[in-house]
Amino acid sequence: MTPTSDEPANPVQNQESALEAERFPNVTRSEMRAADGTPTFIVPADELLNVLQHLRDEARFTMLEDVTAVDWKKEPRFQLVYNLLSLERASVIRIKVTLPGENPTIASVTALFPGANWYEREVFDLFGITFTGHPDLRRIEMPDDWQGHPLRKDYPITGTRRPVMPANQFRPVGRSNS
Amino acid sequence: MEDLALKDSWLQEDGDKEDENNILDPEIVDQAESPDKELMTINMGPQHPSTHGVLRLVVTLSGESVVKCIPDIGYLHTGIEKTAENKTYNQALTLTDRTDYLNPLINNLGFSLAVERLLGIEKQVPQKAQVARVILTELQRISSHLVWLGTHAMDLGALSTFLYGMREREIILDIFEKCAGVRMMTSYIMPGGLYADLPSGFDTDVRNFLAIFKKKWPEYHTLLTNSELWFERTKGIGALTAQEAISYGVTGPILRACGVKYDIRKMFPYIGYETYDFEVPLGKTGDVYDRFMVRMLEVPQSIRIIEQALDKLPEGDWMINDPKIAPPKKWQIATNMESLIHHFKLFTEGYKPPAGEVYSRVESARGELAYYMVSDGSNKPYRMHIRAPSFANLQSMPLMLEGRSNFADIVSAIGSIDIILGEVDR
Repeated sequence: MTPTSDEPANPVQNQESALEAERFPNVTRSEMRAADGTPTFIVPADELLNVLQHLRDEARFTMLEDVTAVDWKKEPRFQLVYNLLSLERASVIRIKVTLPGENPTIASVTALFPGANWYEREVFDLFGITFTGHPDLRRIEMPDDWQGHPLRKDYPITGTRRPVMPANQFRPVGRSNS
Repeated sequence: MEDLALKDSWLQEDGDKEDENNILDPEIVDQAESPDKELMTINMGPQHPSTHGVLRLVVTLSGESVVKCIPDIGYLHTGIEKTAENKTYNQALTLTDRTDYLNPLINNLGFSLAVERLLGIEKQVPQKAQVARVILTELQRISSHLVWLGTHAMDLGALSTFLYGMREREIILDIFEKCAGVRMMTSYIMPGGLYADLPSGFDTDVRNFLAIFKKKWPEYHTLLTNSELWFERTKGIGALTAQEAISYGVTGPILRACGVKYDIRKMFPYIGYETYDFEVPLGKTGDVYDRFMVRMLEVPQSIRIIEQALDKLPEGDWMINDPKIAPPKKWQIATNMESLIHHFKLFTEGYKPPAGEVYSRVESARGELAYYMVSDGSNKPYRMHIRAPSFANLQSMPLMLEGRSNFADIVSAIGSIDIILGEVDR
């Protein structure tokens, strides 16, 4: 691992070449405004592993910083967001994958980045997206017997156990009225 | 009977069946993995004084050495990301204090930078606010490292360090109290600048603290740095290689202890860090002792930054001059109708950043803290994800321990990661 120089680097430079159009014709640029200037690409779900392997081994994006998801409510409903960092070149890239709302499934990237393990468990737990090939896909934040996936937009903020009614009429389940 | 403390499903008739696949049940793991009973699986936490909160570990031992270690988290999950999606930007700011509760100002800063980038006002924040942010976050880093040092040493049996650390941290918290009115849950750094002007005498207070602290800091080194007992408990324990650390997404002092120079203040400078002269201490072996030394050497660098910042702290505005984002000043509300309307609109509706996404990093005391925010053009964040440094760092703990450590070293490794369960579970 070569230490990077002290010069402040511009993370936005020369990202066009990271994913060449000839090699990955199905990878498109994200339409959404990236306020931080990070180059963002949308990758088809079945090409994710190839693209990430290329980025890790050839473009030297060796650190997977973060995996998370966004629920867009309308189809295609889910969007997975991978943030990658190259320590050697001090540059960043963001990869997005869109998934349908019905039975969302994608290949796990833990074989490429072992650190994705807990992040994928978190997305599985809070969004209900299944990762195939994950070594230990269990809930991580919520209890094991929890029903539902709290970060989905249709999950009520008050929780599902509490009936939807005005607060002054609410009685917890199992309590006597005395 | 009322169920006061226990879950509804507790010990119900169908609820006490044993789940045969539960890998977190020590008895089941014991039977599955060691029919000859040579291995022993024990449970540690979540109520355990040296797990720094509510971390639970299921540890499988062969004699003294750790064969398997499974961290179990989620005991402090409060749904901060979900809550933030239902609050306006200014309200969501207060939630960030509660993630990493030893680091509230750096959390505020990370959130504020993300919102400022969404709004496109990053360049308009006044110079005074930027310099004050540097001073405050570096003070916060020192105070966080003092708590880490105290608790880490206390776990390994050196109680006095904890008492000294708390003594110096108190002065820093007093400065925060003068600024924000509260000691810990500050919410003082907000999108656009600072919540209020720096208090009078801020400069003197910080300089007084630095004078005291610089005199006391060598004492901390005499307590631990060259102590034979400290070597025994830390050297060669829980070591990670640079390759392992990078592949696990480990950041902060743990990564730098492996010799990888990744400090966001240097690599992706924010709030003007490129104008300060400071060094990034690096370790070599990546063990607990190197992590200790990296943090110990970081503190004098923070002092250096604060001194440079104090010298160039300008007079002037502490908040951008935009009534749609900055709350009007008190005297304006009392005398000016327009300000009153702005105030009402700001605190009932808030502001609406244009649609877009942002991933903004800051260097917290524990590593890379990042806020991934998605705006859909409304007054609430459509999605706010917190990339908590402790989450990734804790993930590497089985790697540090399994096959490399003895049972007593677990406590040493936990202390060296410096986890805050509030941000692990969020």
